[in-house]
Amino acid sequence: MKNSHTRTKKVAFVGVCASLALLLSYVEFLLPPIFAAVPGIKIGLPNVVILYVLYSLGAKHAIAVSFIRIFISAMLFGNAMTLAYSVAGAVLSLLVMIILKKIDKFSAVGVSVAGGVSHNLGQILVAVLLLDTPQIGYYMIVLAVTGTVSGILVGLCGAILINRLPINKFFRT
Amino acid sequence: MKKVNKSSPDTQGVRRTTRNDIILIAALLTLILLSALAVLLFRTEGDTVIVSVDGNNYGEYPLNTDAEIEIKNGDGYNVLVIKDGEAYVRDASCPDGICSSHRPIRYNGQSIVCLPNKVVIEIRSQDQKQPDIIA
Repeated sequence: MKNSHTRTKKVAFVGVCASLALLLSYVEFLLPPIFAAVPGIKIGLPNVVILYVLYSLGAKHAIAVSFIRIFISAMLFGNAMTLAYSVAGAVLSLLVMIILKKIDKFSAVGVSVAGGVSHNLGQILVAVLLLDTPQIGYYMIVLAVTGTVSGILVGLCGAILINRLPINKFFRT
Repeated sequence: MKKVNKSSPDTQGVRRTTRNDIILIAALLTLILLSALAVLLFRTEGDTVIVSVDGNNYGEYPLNTDAEIEIKNGDGYNVLVIKDGEAYVRDASCPDGICSSHRPIRYNGQSIVCLPNKVVIEIRSQDQKQPDIIA
């Protein structure tokens, strides 16, 4: 039953998840670069939260959490440039994750792997467009490997959260 | 009062890792391996270093002549070094230092990119200075 009480709780929950995702971006920002020669390699810790929200509340809320995180994170640690990269990565990865979840053939791990790789792909596409240099596409080979590995890790963490933290524990109206 | 609808996303558990996931990951890794192989097999040594700043051509330098070039873009700078048929960035103003930690480049199409300074350094051959058709 969708009464206004539940809706308020959901708004609050999205807020908490967004700040959690933001905190994880900060943690990731503090971590030393894994492989300095190739930029853009990240574990994608905030994606654990996005994945959890996608499975527990649905696509709409996952999009909300993702965009709140990106804009606040860009304001705190980034600039317009990094915002363009983040938005492109997030839009593509959310799109792919939502579609893959909808067709219901993959587990959270598969969804997360596809999301991670498409996040990198989105960023590469923006880099190619902004710098007008198709050669940057070569980076995609390296980023696809790390995107797959980190996607598996994020997917496993996300799956544990989704199973151990059922959303109806929070919304017992 | 708690209403639980089995099909609602609120109660939906997550599937265990399925065969489909393995197939997806394997397919991705195969694709990566094939493209990496293709890049390695089809690479050729270039002879010209092309520098562009913010998408505009900044300069072209022969790869067989040792040189040191300071690329300036506003307050930012990158020091490009050409030595022994290889090009690398020795020093740069950017905070991340990604360009200066990049290994030297010598093959066609290889590039060093400095996103903060919008500098792209790439290797080409004189006879194929035009970028690929996909560009």
